[in-house]
Amino acid sequence: MPNKLNQTQTPGNVSQPLNLKKDGGDIKRKKVRNPHSLHPVMNSIVSIFLGVFTFMCVFPFLYVIIISFTSEESIVRNGFQIIPSEWSMDAYNYLWGVKEQLLGSYGITIIVTVVGTVISVLMISFYAYAISRPQFKYRRFFTMLAFFTMLFSGGLVPTYIVVTQFLGLKNTIWALILPLVMNAFYIIIMRTFFMKSVSESILESARIDGASEWRIFFQIVFPLSLPGIATIALFSTLGYWNDWFTALLYIDNPKLVPLQALLMKIEANLEFMRQNVEVGLMQQSLFDTLPQESAKMAMVVIATLPIAVSYPFFQKYFISGLTIGGVKE
Amino acid sequence: MKRILNDIYKNRIWLIMVLPGTIWLLLFAYLPMFGQVLAFKDFRIHPDGFFASVITSEWVGWENFKYLFSTNDALIITRNTILYNLVFIVLGLVAAVTTAILLSELLNKRLSKVYQTGMLFPHFISWVIGSYFVFTFLSADSGLLNNVLGWFNIDPISWYNEPKFWPYLLVFMSLWKGVGYGSIIYLASIVGIDKTYYEAAMIDGASKWKQIKHVTLPMLKPLMIILTIMNVGRIFNSDFGLFYQVPRDSGTLYSVTNVIDTFVFRGLMTLGDIGMSTAAGLYQSVVGLILVLIANYIVRKLDEESALF
Repeated sequence: MPNKLNQTQTPGNVSQPLNLKKDGGDIKRKKVRNPHSLHPVMNSIVSIFLGVFTFMCVFPFLYVIIISFTSEESIVRNGFQIIPSEWSMDAYNYLWGVKEQLLGSYGITIIVTVVGTVISVLMISFYAYAISRPQFKYRRFFTMLAFFTMLFSGGLVPTYIVVTQFLGLKNTIWALILPLVMNAFYIIIMRTFFMKSVSESILESARIDGASEWRIFFQIVFPLSLPGIATIALFSTLGYWNDWFTALLYIDNPKLVPLQALLMKIEANLEFMRQNVEVGLMQQSLFDTLPQESAKMAMVVIATLPIAVSYPFFQKYFISGLTIGGVKE
Repeated sequence: MKRILNDIYKNRIWLIMVLPGTIWLLLFAYLPMFGQVLAFKDFRIHPDGFFASVITSEWVGWENFKYLFSTNDALIITRNTILYNLVFIVLGLVAAVTTAILLSELLNKRLSKVYQTGMLFPHFISWVIGSYFVFTFLSADSGLLNNVLGWFNIDPISWYNEPKFWPYLLVFMSLWKGVGYGSIIYLASIVGIDKTYYEAAMIDGASKWKQIKHVTLPMLKPLMIILTIMNVGRIFNSDFGLFYQVPRDSGTLYSVTNVIDTFVFRGLMTLGDIGMSTAAGLYQSVVGLILVLIANYIVRKLDEESALF
């Protein structure tokens, strides 16, 4: 019995003082206004002001969701209403009917994002790690090699000619992956990160134990630098997911069009959705009543939803990535 | 010679590690830099591949540049690029710092977190999505703005054909996408300010406004200066998606939406004028390089720690 009592009490006892510490300020604030804080009236004004701006930031997405559930007839008659006069699932039904192109593009985006991020993280961290090590005799040369690309760029047209004519990547999936793999800025950030977070003394003892540099990299350096690597991976994932520019330059084949580029192609009309569908297999009725606008908005919803639901969770890594900061040695 | 080989052997592991990255840099960064010579050539495709094409293309000296600067386009795109960027830099700074200060002063910290998350949303979406968002407001037939105008019996406006609105719209959209992100950088800095400064200010009887003016802002000043100068260094480069996607590539808007990046892109993809668009790109790269060097020089004079190199 006393045992049980103890058990139930302990957690309370532990969390109590912690709670007091945390909320101490708040309690004081409620009773006597903390002189540091805003006047309540001012606070309300600021809250409303920031609230309005926050609302403006997220409203367009909510609005697009509403439009995607509006019947086409209602859109033609009343435009995009905030509260539609007639709700409808037609847009999603229609997209389900022509799902080949949509699923294909989704697949391309996922493959490109996953493969691209993995290659990107490996290549950037190998390069950055090597140039962060004092033992590497040519580190200054390779640092400059990467750094100079931040100052002077080859420009769009020569890059386009190299990718299409020299590397022959036009209309291949590699054209979506390779041009975005490396970025001098990430290399320099990671180099700084490796310098700060991976000290030579830890590595030295592993070397004495006879571990190879590769083993040291994967078993010691990689886990130690996880926050930095996660940040680079996050930037990279987002970059690939949101990329439409490389597709605009290098991809014509409907089978290789990623999601964002698909959205771009259907801006004018939805015809593009049918390119991958055997017309014989399609019900003609599907095309007779095209929910043009609502279907486009439904596509926007489908393409944005993964980001919209996941970014609040990885946001904190993203913010910590911003403060990895310092580019210099 | 033997010593060099010996050095290479000793550094082989590191060299293997930088090898993939080096190959990438050579192919995707340095080869295009070499390709910039096309700005001085009349590009002709040669069957023996890329190098043969570049080398056998005929030298035309400054012809491409002369052609570029003989039209009105060069002036317009340079003006648009610089003016838009200047406005983005000034308003972006004011909005980000203001928002950061307000977020930090908010009594309800949980609400502050919710606001931060909401404001970051635009940063995570692409301009393609952004252009659909804008379209829901500006569509001539169905857009929200024309609907609202309809309530007041004002004739609908064909937004995508009216250049006069677009400078404001583009500035607004740039702020919409960037303020959340910018304010979080400043907010991180504000959170780091030592609270005793504020206590000292209070004892001297400083009001909230005076505390912000004499403590918060001076503490943020170094960060503000560094970020601003870095942005000025990039003033010749613009956010391609904002100027290409958001106006939906509408031809009637080119006078106010065409910037160097979109000009080069259209020169390549729609006109196929390799020489002239390479020349425009080289013009951008060279001026950009000079601006970054100047900006970095100034940063180093102000605060050596923050300089890029």
